[in-house]
Amino acid sequence: MCRIGAIKSLDYIHPSMALQLMSSQQKGHDNSGFAMVMQNLGGIFEPYKHLPTLSMACTDDGIKIAEHILHEAGFLRVMQWTPEVHDEPGLDINAMPNYVFETFKYPKAYKGASQKEKEELLLDTRLKLRAALEPNEEGFAYSFWPDVITLKEIGDPRDIGTYFNLWDADDRFTAKVITAQCRQNTNYDIVRYAAHPFHLQGYTALANGENTFYLKNKEFQQGLHRGYIGFESDSQCFLYTLHYVHRELGWPLHYYKHVCTPLPFEDIEQREDQKQLLGIRQSLAHLEINGPNTIIGLLPDNTMFTCCDAKKLRPVVVGRDERTVAISSEVCGINEILPDRDWEADIYPNEREVVVINDDLEVQRWKQ
Amino acid sequence: METMRLNDVTANDLPWKIKYDASRCTMCGSCVATCSFKAIVPKVERRRMVFSEGNFPEPKARFSAVPVIRQTKSVRDYCRGCGMCEKVCPNDAIKPERNPDTRHPIITRCLGGDSIKRGGRKNLEGSTRTLDTIRVGRISQMTDPSLDAQRHTFDLLAPFGRILPPKKLPFTPDADQQLVTQELTPPVNWVYPVIIGDMSIGALSWRMWEGVAMAVAYLNEECGMPVRMCSGEGGVPVRLLKSKYLKYMILQIASGHFGWNRIANAMPHMVEDPAGILIKIGQGAKPGDGGLLMAQKVAEHIQAIRGVPKADLLSPPNHQGLYSIEESVQKMFLSFNSAFKFRVPVAIKVAASATSVSVFNNLVRDPYNIVGGFFLDGIDGGTGAAHEVSLDHTGHPIVSKLRDCYLAAVTQGRQGQIPLWAAGGLGKTGDLAADAFKMIALGANGVFTGKLILQMAGCIGNDLGRCNACNTGLCPAGITTQEPQLAHRLDPEKVAQNIVNYYLAMDQELKKLMAPIGNSSLPVGRSDALVSTDHAVADRLQIQHVC
Repeated sequence: MCRIGAIKSLDYIHPSMALQLMSSQQKGHDNSGFAMVMQNLGGIFEPYKHLPTLSMACTDDGIKIAEHILHEAGFLRVMQWTPEVHDEPGLDINAMPNYVFETFKYPKAYKGASQKEKEELLLDTRLKLRAALEPNEEGFAYSFWPDVITLKEIGDPRDIGTYFNLWDADDRFTAKVITAQCRQNTNYDIVRYAAHPFHLQGYTALANGENTFYLKNKEFQQGLHRGYIGFESDSQCFLYTLHYVHRELGWPLHYYKHVCTPLPFEDIEQREDQKQLLGIRQSLAHLEINGPNTIIGLLPDNTMFTCCDAKKLRPVVVGRDERTVAISSEVCGINEILPDRDWEADIYPNEREVVVINDDLEVQRWKQ
Repeated sequence: METMRLNDVTANDLPWKIKYDASRCTMCGSCVATCSFKAIVPKVERRRMVFSEGNFPEPKARFSAVPVIRQTKSVRDYCRGCGMCEKVCPNDAIKPERNPDTRHPIITRCLGGDSIKRGGRKNLEGSTRTLDTIRVGRISQMTDPSLDAQRHTFDLLAPFGRILPPKKLPFTPDADQQLVTQELTPPVNWVYPVIIGDMSIGALSWRMWEGVAMAVAYLNEECGMPVRMCSGEGGVPVRLLKSKYLKYMILQIASGHFGWNRIANAMPHMVEDPAGILIKIGQGAKPGDGGLLMAQKVAEHIQAIRGVPKADLLSPPNHQGLYSIEESVQKMFLSFNSAFKFRVPVAIKVAASATSVSVFNNLVRDPYNIVGGFFLDGIDGGTGAAHEVSLDHTGHPIVSKLRDCYLAAVTQGRQGQIPLWAAGGLGKTGDLAADAFKMIALGANGVFTGKLILQMAGCIGNDLGRCNACNTGLCPAGITTQEPQLAHRLDPEKVAQNIVNYYLAMDQELKKLMAPIGNSSLPVGRSDALVSTDHAVADRLQIQHVC
């Protein structure tokens, strides 16, 4: 089973905090991997917030393939960071030869391009990288987006932390938002892409649970957008629906909940906006989710939220102090990183609400 | 003594033989009175008894006349095996027995020079039913728990009406972050996923039709189950057209347009919109053939409702004037949409066929988003009257065709935009919930059923050739007849009660199937929940093979 966690802070925080959040929950997951997405970057990436950063794990040949593609497309590298790894004997990690975090300038041809055009270019480039690296498993391109870094690896999260030296906090590798999860997707094959959080065009999602409408979601989503690919995990569907509802349809975030877990018909009939809610239920019926789930999502503007399935079969808790909010599958994780908070103010979201944390760290509870 | 000729019809030529025990018979006459087919008659037999009195054999003969019940030896008035005689006999003195040596299919054609007509459904049973090789094999356990069928809430509703592609929804966010819309969208009604199929008021007795309509009203108003019933092609009583219960009715129009004069005239007086309009193009039991109501059943009230004289009523095989799918969309759908001011969804019913996917593709791609449902009827569907050769030999099984249509929609990313409704032999084993659930997981939004509704009411017809005399107007159960004395055998309230109870049981059973796969709303297209023990079935339907 998964355990998920997310931290959003007014200050730049180090991934060690995410490791602490997750490690106290280790009895609930199977220690088979670690994955995290950092957004709103600090440290060495802070000066490059507006430029896309590629997060990739690959072989030596993989680097060549990727550089060729990026060069052909006209991207110019402005910054590169390679984590210093500690390959101590006995570590449980299935490491790739190279971990690449590179920041690029947009191609010259995109000098006058709109934001949207640039965003489409970044997606197309990442998809091209992924396709080129896939055949011989030469590498994994996780994200290629401004102000976002993704790291995923197979193994024991504690050892992965040691390997990447993530246990020792510093101010070079930080972010104001970190989402993390400690498990590979063991339902199916062990594939690096299957570990959440997943990222697509500024949207990040991770989930704890099972999506029993996976096949329905997948069959519908794969025709909706070129970026909806892979489906190595049933939780990717949550990200794609978020991206579709918020970005492609341009609807406000609270409609995401109406798409995933529509209200019962008798409740819809009582609502003034029943026409819209029925329209959503009808046209997006194949994006409905079922089964036990809790989702944590992150928007391009750093808004973080959580919601769960319609029967609240998977719990999550939201805790905070003055400068940090954390969401976690188990409260012990929050106790670990925010021991002095007012725990009576913790929120255990119900099945019909979305808990939203905006960039000022204001926590809102939206009733569906 | 009668002379028998070789080609004279005898009981041994007929599909059923009457087994009669004169020693148990009390001559009450109940069996003869009840047999609507006149297949048994009272008769007097001459009996000869040889006896001897005294100490030495001195044979003497005594003749007596004994009243008995005898089987009629006729290809017109013959026993259908309905068993009403057995049912009413106080002494178990009489019953029909299936005759495996029947020559009925041959002699009927030889003597009549006409094709055989009957009701019921396909009587040629081949291998195991496809649906019976499928199980709900993906059980939620541990990480995704099963639900509790008794305690959790479930949404068991299906759409009837055209669903817009998401990007065509006319919703825009306002300053308060609420989606607003000013535009009309196609009407969609969410209904119970098991519709009572189209059986006309001519095919059914008025008491049967009334019983079904009562059941539908009760299910809606007392049980909170939005079950809809389709009128069939044959009109609707004006009183119902003008009543609030019209909202539970789907009005059907077929190629004969029977009853539509009255429906059109009643429109200004309607206080509710009908639940939908169903344009019948074809029927699974007799694809390529129009409706057929034999003159025997065209009673006075049927003549009035349909506006016709007493004659065989044959709907043409085609809608005259519709030569293409596009034309059907433009002409029929638009005219019905506008007739009800775009408030009532309009759907189409076709017989499953090798070409169904092409028809479906044409409809689902129509840029006007008009067609509000694709009702697909398979070969095992029932009918009130058809040529036997059509019933047994024409048509297409429903399961793979429904699946093909759903997968065609998936390929185009248009699943759900025209709701798929399937029928044709569903519930044949008496268990409609299981069949409906499997069809839904294969991609149907819902199912519709007709024959099973008759069986709930007391129809004793089956697929082994029992009864199936719906076309004769002599239905022994009073279901498919317009003869007052036969129709009065049927108690409409009992019919309604049986249908309501069956629906309540089925509702429980559907939940019992949804709960273990962990779904609280209908798993439309969730084929991963199904497995098949048959390799060919699994391959064809793209589900997991298990052994």
